[in-house]
Amino acid sequence: MTDTSAAARPKRPKSSSPLLAIWAQFRSHKGAVFGLCVLGFMLVAVVIGPWLWVPEKLSVAQAIKLKNQGPSLRFPLGTDQLGRDMLARMLLAGRISLAVGMVAMTIAIVFGTLIGVLAGYFRRLDGPLMRLADMFLALPLIPLLLVMVMLFRDKIAGLIGPELGAFALIVFAIGVTSWMATARIVRGEVLTLKEREYVLAARSIGVRPNRIILRHILPNVVSPVMVAATLGVAEAIITESVLSFLGLGFPPDFPTWGRLLYDGLQYMQVYPERVIWPGLAISLTVLSVNYIGDGLRDALDPRIRGR
Amino acid sequence: MPTAENPLVRVQGLKMHFPIYAGLLRRRAGEVKAVDGVSFDIMQGETLGLVGESGCGKSTVGRTLLRLYDPTAGSVVIDGEDIATLSPEALRKKRPTMQMVFQDPQASLNPRMTLATIIAEPLDEHTDWNAEKKLARVHELMDQVGLNRAFASRYPHEFSGGQRQRIGIARALALNPKFIVCDEPIAALDVSIQAQVVNLLEDLQDRLGLTYLFISHDLSMVRHIADRVAVMYLGQIAELSPRDALYSRPLHPYAQALLSAVPEPDPARESSRKRIILQGDVPSPANPPQGCNFCTRCPRVFDRCRIDEPQLAEVEPGRFVACHLYSDNQTGGQTAGTEANEPTNKENVQ
Repeated sequence: MTDTSAAARPKRPKSSSPLLAIWAQFRSHKGAVFGLCVLGFMLVAVVIGPWLWVPEKLSVAQAIKLKNQGPSLRFPLGTDQLGRDMLARMLLAGRISLAVGMVAMTIAIVFGTLIGVLAGYFRRLDGPLMRLADMFLALPLIPLLLVMVMLFRDKIAGLIGPELGAFALIVFAIGVTSWMATARIVRGEVLTLKEREYVLAARSIGVRPNRIILRHILPNVVSPVMVAATLGVAEAIITESVLSFLGLGFPPDFPTWGRLLYDGLQYMQVYPERVIWPGLAISLTVLSVNYIGDGLRDALDPRIRGR
Repeated sequence: MPTAENPLVRVQGLKMHFPIYAGLLRRRAGEVKAVDGVSFDIMQGETLGLVGESGCGKSTVGRTLLRLYDPTAGSVVIDGEDIATLSPEALRKKRPTMQMVFQDPQASLNPRMTLATIIAEPLDEHTDWNAEKKLARVHELMDQVGLNRAFASRYPHEFSGGQRQRIGIARALALNPKFIVCDEPIAALDVSIQAQVVNLLEDLQDRLGLTYLFISHDLSMVRHIADRVAVMYLGQIAELSPRDALYSRPLHPYAQALLSAVPEPDPARESSRKRIILQGDVPSPANPPQGCNFCTRCPRVFDRCRIDEPQLAEVEPGRFVACHLYSDNQTGGQTAGTEANEPTNKENVQ
């Protein structure tokens, strides 16, 4: 036993594998670990929860009697104004909201980073791409989304089904209207990075521009992108709820956290818990994603990782 | 093989002007003449020192030589090919022959790459070796510059300034270059580390037959390492002479003033040292004076200096000066110096 442990112990305290080192640094960030646990718990809950917690089938008469119930053993989070079980709706809503938040954020980040890097690195593309970003920023977001949804909802619904169609449309709509901030941040960062001596050194070696971008520029813009990404998740969840509220997102019988929040808004003074549950879920998601982003940013930076 | 008539590096009439944009419409309002007509040769195995005060265009010369900037005019022939006009792909193929060591070892290493990946980067670009062969070469290079092999997976911030500069040198050596531009490689280092790095550079030169362009503002360090020295002032070469000749008897008034600023370790001689203190400031390279660039501050200025621009000409064997004092008729009372050494005859100063 003692032999094997002595042999297994590495010579240097720092682990040799970079992935292990990143994980070790990530673990030392308490907030990030907490965020990972919370987000992990919520993901597991919304993915397998709807199978585990099947609400009882109620007749219309029963449902009317049981509407607006407070938390009880039968309905852990109470029921809504139509007598539907809030826990079941919360779990189902979480699936949509988390998926919309993550996917829309990913689209926005990928798109924004791409535009930002191209604009920052290639001087010729800078003007056109940044004017494009300005144009998108100048567009009023809600009317644009309304038009997009009006025009394309039925076509896409016919193609891949109403729910998936609504999901694809909303995710795309949010994605293409929220990349501008990231693009601007990334462009600014790239403009300073490309004048650094190590980029000059890479050019003197004869490294091609695509490799310079991938190796020297992208890893060094990770921190601002991370911050933009974590904020983007929250924004996407909220934008989705705005769209649903306006009747342009998912169908009304299709719960999302944003929709539950707006449904509960009318009854807020009488039944505050109906706002608190979805609000809490959104806040916890945003907070945990923020902390994870923070921890990840530290973990990916070798200068911080070393100490 | 480069010979005396066929130097490894031949720079002719190199100009690098940076445009200035000004006004509401960002019109081109003028240009900074960072390098304005520089010509010199560097022989195989030689070290050419390039000295001058801050902002005189030393680093720009170095960078333009490797075409990190596209020169405005002139040619840079390195090993038979004109760098200034090569196509991007041909230039990329040419890169392994010429490398650069940068001034700030902290800034010239990507903080997110490990030492092994930094040194292996040139190999990734120009060879199709497998990982094992690359690692073997990286270890070999680390041995050459005196870095412990165990450091291969560490990051640049974990090293001291001198070690970082060794990493930079190892990276420059990775592809067996013939010519290395050392752009103030010691300026950012402690004095105690400077000697180590310079000795390492000399050592590598002896072992690998390298040719250096050594850019520095440290005159004593240039005296230590260089075979010939070019003194730059405001984008032009004022004097290009063999080292010993230049240090014992500078010809150009600017070189005289510059060298008179070097402190003397011997107190007896220090007390008799006469400093030439120049009046005024360096003119703006965007608007250099008419005639000789140095005419606004030269202690020995005369009428012609303000009209004619002096050309770099050989006034004594191996010594080139751009000054009217020495131009047509050598009336300055100077005799051909006997101490003018052969350019490649380098003493061993360890």
